[in-house]
Amino acid sequence: MLKIFQERCRQKYRTMAYPDGPAPELPDRFAGKPVLEGPCRPDCDACRNVCPTGAIAIAPESSAGLELDIGRCLFCRSCEKACPEGIIRFSREHRLAAASREALVIGTGPRGPASARHALATRLFSRSLKLRQVCAGGCNACEADSNVLGTPVWDMGRFGIQFVASPRHADGLLITGPVTANMRLALEKTYAAVPEPKIVIAVGACAISGGPYAGHPEQGDGAASLVPVDLFIPGCPPHPLTILDGLLRFLGIVREDR
Amino acid sequence: MGAMDDFLLTGNGQAVALRTVPRVEFQGFRRAVVTAVAAGARLAALPVRPLPVQPLPKRAMAPGSDLEILAVLALPDCARLGLLAAVLPERWPALTPDCPAAHWFEREIAEQWGVEPDGHPWLKPIRFAPPYRGRSAGLAPPSIGRTDFFTMAGIESHEVAVGPVHAGIIEPGHFRFLCHGETVHHLEISLGYQHRGIERAMLGGPSPRGIHYMETLAGDTTIGHATAYSRAVEALAGLTAPARAEGLRAIAAELERLANHIGDLGALAGDVGFLPTLNYCGRIRGDVLNLTAQLCGSRFGRGLVRPGGVFWDAEGERVDQLLGSLETVRRDVTGAVTLMLDAPSVLARLEGTGRLSAETARRIGLVGVAARACGLERDVRFEYPYGIYHLAQLPVNTWPGGDCFARAQVRWLEIQASLDFIGEGLADLPAGPCHREVPELAAETLAVSLVEGWRGEICHVVGTDSAGRFAFYKVVDPSFHNWFGLALAMRGQEISDFPLCNKSFNLSYCGHDL
Repeated sequence: MLKIFQERCRQKYRTMAYPDGPAPELPDRFAGKPVLEGPCRPDCDACRNVCPTGAIAIAPESSAGLELDIGRCLFCRSCEKACPEGIIRFSREHRLAAASREALVIGTGPRGPASARHALATRLFSRSLKLRQVCAGGCNACEADSNVLGTPVWDMGRFGIQFVASPRHADGLLITGPVTANMRLALEKTYAAVPEPKIVIAVGACAISGGPYAGHPEQGDGAASLVPVDLFIPGCPPHPLTILDGLLRFLGIVREDR
Repeated sequence: MGAMDDFLLTGNGQAVALRTVPRVEFQGFRRAVVTAVAAGARLAALPVRPLPVQPLPKRAMAPGSDLEILAVLALPDCARLGLLAAVLPERWPALTPDCPAAHWFEREIAEQWGVEPDGHPWLKPIRFAPPYRGRSAGLAPPSIGRTDFFTMAGIESHEVAVGPVHAGIIEPGHFRFLCHGETVHHLEISLGYQHRGIERAMLGGPSPRGIHYMETLAGDTTIGHATAYSRAVEALAGLTAPARAEGLRAIAAELERLANHIGDLGALAGDVGFLPTLNYCGRIRGDVLNLTAQLCGSRFGRGLVRPGGVFWDAEGERVDQLLGSLETVRRDVTGAVTLMLDAPSVLARLEGTGRLSAETARRIGLVGVAARACGLERDVRFEYPYGIYHLAQLPVNTWPGGDCFARAQVRWLEIQASLDFIGEGLADLPAGPCHREVPELAAETLAVSLVEGWRGEICHVVGTDSAGRFAFYKVVDPSFHNWFGLALAMRGQEISDFPLCNKSFNLSYCGHDL
């Protein structure tokens, strides 16, 4: 028993100050929100050729400006490396979550983070949100970095957010993975078992768009193919800070402009 | 070894021309494989590939003459790999009765190619995925969720079904416990929920998505599979990655091992209700993931390993920072794990639970932590060294006993070995570039790439067509070998010990389902 107390003193109090204090500093090589500083050469398709998921397109209504869909992006920096003009660059901005799928498409020029606030969730769940996690073809990275929010460092229990064992105890689902054909029925049943009103959060490129598996017949290109999604958290996988930020803005616990 | 006379011997990460792989009649193939495994060889992979389509005019081929089976044997005595091929008949006398390590492989072959091993004792699907070609019997493959392949009958015997959606945040799989009272007589493991079609999608590559399939094949083993893939591609391209890249790959691989082992020890502590270590290790695991992020920006090592080398170098200042953080990790993890392994209440739950004998482990072809916890010296880094492991050797950490305690103890020994290795590796990184351009891949060539991932042996078997594109791509995650080990470890156990046994193996669902 004495050893346990000794070790407890050595390991110290580690819960981060965020969101009241500063967010933890992310490493210098962290790939956050991409920034497009256009316009680019109309005849160049270097970035689109190397993008593994087809996340980059020519914007329909501008002169050769680009659009980058961070719902498909794997943040692999292939485009950044390939662009001869240095137009695409990954910033360290971790706030990527958005309440609408369309808001994940980033155009040329600087913009603030998309809105993640959800009126119903803010009204009903901002003091207590119980989530059932369903992995539907996820590779265990999104799952691990969602799970880590329960450790003392992140301690999302501070905000009343908790993962629960049964969908019947949950206010919503947190879905990872592209929704494999073999998980379709299980996900449908789990969703049906969550009492109304309920919300759905899609975490990671796979759950938003199929990620690297988009187009495979073995999967369904993401959670929205089966259930309505209320919050999209991009990344491959998203950093725990990106997930926590998304949840807190979704619930109105932190303001959109901070 | 006389038993190996039929085989072509090659090395880990070496390329051989496909035509040089010896081909024999199936009966001879079966005899050679069974004899070699009985003499100490280990079945690393048993891939099947369709033979190239014959040029026009089309000829009616004899049934079963369009598939070729390839045995990849790991030969610990000579640190070589043995290759042997044969035409696979529509039905063949199963290898499994004489070579239990072929059990899961033959089930995979039957499911993928619609062919049947006669006399297989435990034939049922492993992934519930559609076959690559029509089934000869004209039967529709069973849909996922069907579990009545094997049952147990009797008074007061019952079944307990768990999953695919589990209580915690883990991947989906279905477990069916065949019980009498609280005692589990057998555990039926039904997987396939995570099947995403990776091997199929690799065909025709290399493609821009290839490395991303590998990095997400088993997301907690990003470095392991990306390294196995990169080394296979480099072998096919006749390229050696720079020494500095190999050094950085090994540091990232040991960081991956460190993070997962620390997380597993914490989770084991949690499963026996010892909360201090659960909480400390949960945090320390994150600290180690952050070290990987210092290297490449991603906590899981995404974007670091690439064919030809590594994407990111580590300059002097970064190395110094990592070395400093590593000492903090060492101090914290030593305190957290010592606490757990000193507690009699923890040991009482771990010792004797989920025991596997060394003989069983050898017969079913167990790899990695689970095998070393049965006292078997199986470690690719030592037996078939690759990259920097040629120069910087790690001790093979084994522990006798084969129970949950042994699996925890092996992890703790490996944590200490990896900490030492990373420290020395960072201080002694080879100079020079960290990436080379990858030329075109050789045509009609085969490469086998073995890597010791944190769970155990990762095996990629890759062959190219006449244009140098992937004609087949076989991945064997360590979980493929080890899931059946979990089923056997559960025999005679209390059902309430399953979470503990399961966590002590901590196998990958997506790595198995592909």
